[in-house]
Amino acid sequence: MSETTEYYNDHVVRLFLLASAVWGIIGMLIGMYAAAELTWPGLNLGIPWMTFSRIRPDHTFGVIFAFGGSALMGTCYYVVQRTGHARLAFGKLAEFTFWGWQLACVLAMLTMPFGITQSKEYAEPEWFIDILIAVVWVSFGVVFFASLARRRIRHIYVANWYYGAFIIAVGLLHIVNNLAIPVSLTKSYPIYSGVVDAMVQWWYGHNAVAFFLTAGFLGMMYYFVPRQAQQPLWSYRFSIVNFWALISVYMWAGSHHLMYTALPDWVQSVGMAFSLVLLMPSWGSAANGLFTFNGAWHRVVKDPAAKFMVIALVFYAASTFEGSMMAIKSVNSLSHYTDWTIAHVHSGSLGWVAMITIGSLYAMAPRALGRPAMYSHKGMELHFWLHVTGTLLYVVAMWTAGVTEGMMWRATQPDGALTYSFIDSLVAVRPDYFLRWFGGVLIWLGMWVMAWNLWYTASDARKRIINPIPVPIPEPEPKQSPAPLPVAG
Amino acid sequence: MAYKHFEFIEKHAWTLGILTAIMVSIGGLAEITPLFMRAHQVEPPANVKPYDPLRLAGKDVYVSEGCYLCHSQMIRALRFETQRYGHYSTAEESVYDRPFQWGSKRTGPDLARVGGKYSDTWQRMHLMDPRSVVPQSNMPSYHWLADEKLDAKDIQARMRVLRTLGDPYSDADIASAPAAVAGKTKMDALIAYLQGLGIRNEPQAPNTSAAPATDGGSP
Repeated sequence: MSETTEYYNDHVVRLFLLASAVWGIIGMLIGMYAAAELTWPGLNLGIPWMTFSRIRPDHTFGVIFAFGGSALMGTCYYVVQRTGHARLAFGKLAEFTFWGWQLACVLAMLTMPFGITQSKEYAEPEWFIDILIAVVWVSFGVVFFASLARRRIRHIYVANWYYGAFIIAVGLLHIVNNLAIPVSLTKSYPIYSGVVDAMVQWWYGHNAVAFFLTAGFLGMMYYFVPRQAQQPLWSYRFSIVNFWALISVYMWAGSHHLMYTALPDWVQSVGMAFSLVLLMPSWGSAANGLFTFNGAWHRVVKDPAAKFMVIALVFYAASTFEGSMMAIKSVNSLSHYTDWTIAHVHSGSLGWVAMITIGSLYAMAPRALGRPAMYSHKGMELHFWLHVTGTLLYVVAMWTAGVTEGMMWRATQPDGALTYSFIDSLVAVRPDYFLRWFGGVLIWLGMWVMAWNLWYTASDARKRIINPIPVPIPEPEPKQSPAPLPVAG
Repeated sequence: MAYKHFEFIEKHAWTLGILTAIMVSIGGLAEITPLFMRAHQVEPPANVKPYDPLRLAGKDVYVSEGCYLCHSQMIRALRFETQRYGHYSTAEESVYDRPFQWGSKRTGPDLARVGGKYSDTWQRMHLMDPRSVVPQSNMPSYHWLADEKLDAKDIQARMRVLRTLGDPYSDADIASAPAAVAGKTKMDALIAYLQGLGIRNEPQAPNTSAAPATDGGSP
């Protein structure tokens, strides 16, 4: 190895790190407020833009795309440089993806509460924001693939496969689902209607889960889990098999969101079958991550970042199992339209997505901020327990609510008449709504602890006294392709 | 031996990217293309008409307020659903819904056939203050809708865009919009929309309608 004057571009990584900490607090604050409004409906104070139906898209967009998206793009830029032993390509364009993405998030968050929405779930922003998102996304893809192209390690590490699939698939989904004709700046009509729109929307909606909330975060997992366990992945080949299975099977499963609806029966059945098959690559990835800690469990006890990762993988296994079971038609007839769906989504998002993100941020932040470790070890421990307790309270409350609703909606008297009116089921779950809100408060407090910890970890970076990290340049292999870059300087 | 080929993929970014794009496209193409083809072949039944100007405005209020986040418009082909809400929803009923309003969560009841179940006055009181008619409800009040007037020009622009997309609006329909919405508020439009839900479209008799997506199993 020879040292050179080529350095990693960690500036843009730090920007995304900051953005994800800020958006995490904002997105979860809105979620917590929305949950409070379901318990105490007067809390919108009669203000239109504070009403539940207006802010709920802000919560979902804020946590998925602003918080999750910033964390994904930041870690992606970090990982592609480290695994390729090369500086990020197109530094200016990478900087643009940061500011462009933040602008898109701010615009979306400021328009949706004012009724400027396409009202397609998880794709609410109107057409002009969609165009901005598409431009930023293509730039993100260019930076990523150009950085891959200048790597000095021939073999492309598996984390990059997942990041690559995430970029390609999300771009495709975003563009196809948002095709619309504008009426004015603030209103457009989708080119699809009725059944076709439903199928396109849930093909998008489900695969936003698959490629944004799964493939992208698996990329994070495949880099940071071995890093934190300080040993190689349990099985590299297994991760490749799971990759192809996961990306091809997920795309078929979207129709399980439309069971017993007016969607043709064959599409429902195909969706159910593929959803069951999907359990295998999902558990494969979870097992691969967990087994990577084999022989290193003593480290997990002392390392909060590793703890977040382990529990994230357990939640990933649990919620993918739950998802496959909920896609079985007879189970779905009970669970659909109830709070069970909300429980499932949050066991995936708070359990898997948020925890793998937080674990990875705690692993990455000290390195990107030029410190040997996070500022406060106790702070990380406190965050871990707040987050785990909050998530369990949330998920258990919503499971209880969901099964209660499902059972009450279908209960009949001996004479065949329905036992309960709709409002009876709402009254029955009101205590669960309160408990869910309380779980959300704990999680939100945890995010503040993380922000505080990051702020002090970043003290050197704020004073600009950290040094950029040089790229370790491996000896060129014979017949290396692409040819190694000339050493700068 | 076979690993050689995988090794090639693992060392070439373009091959990896292109193969990924192919693998992720198959599922969507297989499920969406047939539906898309069928949607272009099927003529909407005679009793399903595009929304008149006032109801169209009401539908867009429903969409922009985010009502779909708590109310579905999809009565599933299940015994306890049809018992509670009426005839199961059919594909033809939502051909003019852009975007579709089937929803994904019921914090409140399904609205696919709510039309005519309550009086206009009840609907107005309920939207102004839900707890004045349903004391245990957790629905927010939408009182501001009563203060906002409709803009006829905007609605005509919307009808023209919908015509481009294939909805059969005639010139006369579009010309009738200003008269239909004159002096009306968003509240009036929303109530007109809600009162029309399921009414005009309900299949005449179960036997003559399209077959259900499934028989729904035993009750």
